[in-house]
Amino acid sequence: MIALSDFLILGGLLFSIAVAGIFLNRKNVIILLMCIELMLLAVNMNFVAFSHFLQDTAGQIYVFFILTVAAAEAAIGLAILVVLFRSRQTINVQDLDTLKG
Amino acid sequence: MDFNAAELIPVLPEIFILVLASTVLLVDLYLRDDQRGLNHGITLVGLLIGIGLILALGGGERQIVLSGSFVRDPMSDTLNAIILLVAFLAFAYSKDYLRDRNMLVGEYYVLGLFAVLGMMIMVSANTFLVAYLGLELLALSLYPMVAFDRDSKAGAEAAMKYFVLGALGSGMLLYGISMVYGGTGALDFPTVAASVADQGLDNKVLVFGLAFVVIGVAFKFGAVPFHMWVPDTYQGAPTSVVLFLSSAPKIAAFALAIRLMVDGLGGLHADWQGMLIILAVLSMGLGNLVAIAQTNLKRMLAYSTISHVGFIFLGLIAGTAQGYAAAMFYAIVYALMAAGAFGVLLLLSRKGFEAENLDDLKGLNERDSWYAAMMALLMFSMAGVPPTVGFMAKLLVLEAVVRVDLVWLAVVAVAFSIIGAFYYLRVIKLMYFDKPTTLEPITVGAGARVALSVNGLAMLVLGLFPAGLLGICQAAFA
Repeated sequence: MIALSDFLILGGLLFSIAVAGIFLNRKNVIILLMCIELMLLAVNMNFVAFSHFLQDTAGQIYVFFILTVAAAEAAIGLAILVVLFRSRQTINVQDLDTLKG
Repeated sequence: MDFNAAELIPVLPEIFILVLASTVLLVDLYLRDDQRGLNHGITLVGLLIGIGLILALGGGERQIVLSGSFVRDPMSDTLNAIILLVAFLAFAYSKDYLRDRNMLVGEYYVLGLFAVLGMMIMVSANTFLVAYLGLELLALSLYPMVAFDRDSKAGAEAAMKYFVLGALGSGMLLYGISMVYGGTGALDFPTVAASVADQGLDNKVLVFGLAFVVIGVAFKFGAVPFHMWVPDTYQGAPTSVVLFLSSAPKIAAFALAIRLMVDGLGGLHADWQGMLIILAVLSMGLGNLVAIAQTNLKRMLAYSTISHVGFIFLGLIAGTAQGYAAAMFYAIVYALMAAGAFGVLLLLSRKGFEAENLDDLKGLNERDSWYAAMMALLMFSMAGVPPTVGFMAKLLVLEAVVRVDLVWLAVVAVAFSIIGAFYYLRVIKLMYFDKPTTLEPITVGAGARVALSVNGLAMLVLGLFPAGLLGICQAAFA
């Protein structure tokens, strides 16, 4: 039997990988988008695990909404990416330095 | 579960804004290019009707409808009305700017109205799910708005940074919510609050979740150390969008903080108080110090936003009804100040010229003394000089923290606000004592001129007679 804590540890690991990916990644903006997706999926893992162990469906319904929002978010992220590529011909994270900060 | 149509009455303002956004989307399809101004008219009239609806339907007891997911109370009435008002100002100022840059298209208004709808939903949320959906509706509308000028390199970069960090903030918030759900087994605020009161601080899962919720809220506010997106987004985005995103969303972020951390996790106040103190001190310190070094006015106002967020946090830190009312007063006043300050920048911009550097304000008094006077009022108000309303707002939050025996925090806040006064007064010095670099007259429509005058004078009137607005804020937490 897999315990609740196992799911939470997996969720925490995925979440940490995603956050680390956002901060360490110096190459490609698409990897950033993938990290964001991974982060939301880690949260989904938590919700489903809690929902199952609490015997409460509200958490699973939340997951449906997160998935929907994640899809919309990916669409907008990719759209911004297209605008970005059109204006600079690169999607390298290190080239995003016109604005200091 | 029965459906009762009467339950929809408290939701009517939100439904109306949704219909308004859809109407603009449809009407825009049938407009020729020279008729785009109609979108502007429909939006402004619609926002006024929305304010009327809120005033007509609002008032009275707290109502919870739609299976406990939506709440209408005095706080939501006030904040929704102010959000619509600030959005009205933001649209009213930006028409000429948008037309000069070929951005006066229906999509701008549709995105703006959906952002307004998202803010209203955040304000009226009674479950974590609804709060999250409102937040995402706001954020997903703002990302494209930042990239609205498609030929601008800075705009695309700003949008990308805003998007990545905004999504990171949402992710943090969600992770926290999932932990709170695990700790309490519920998603609606009343049940969560009851469960938190029951378990207290013993439940480590809850405290762990709370930390992530606070980080998520801090991201949305733009508090240090989660402020990285603020200066870049402000500098890169079109000024009209900066006006929009620096004003009303701060009110919505305040409402999010109240709903999540007071309505939901109020029982953990002792825990989040410490976290907010750190965020507030860092925000006030870094915001005010770094703003001094800026030559770009939009960037300077971005750091000024960060420092004001620190002050809004002071009211929350107090954790008393009086503190929340003071924070609400501050958030509303800040939104009006930001709308006015960016409004002046918008009116100074012309076709092919962006007013965004401090030097662009040089000698504004000689070019147009009325705008200079309005900008001076707004800057005095931001600096917190009596008798403007900014002084009252600062006084109220400081009083709130002093009352809970955090005198050192009040002293720190006062010290940083004195440092902050330097860069606001520098703007006034540039306007009144320096020679203008150009003598080109400022041409703006009568509507924007009236709106800006009302906005600027409101700083003075509210400062002299703060009782009305303050009474409304206190009633929200009575």
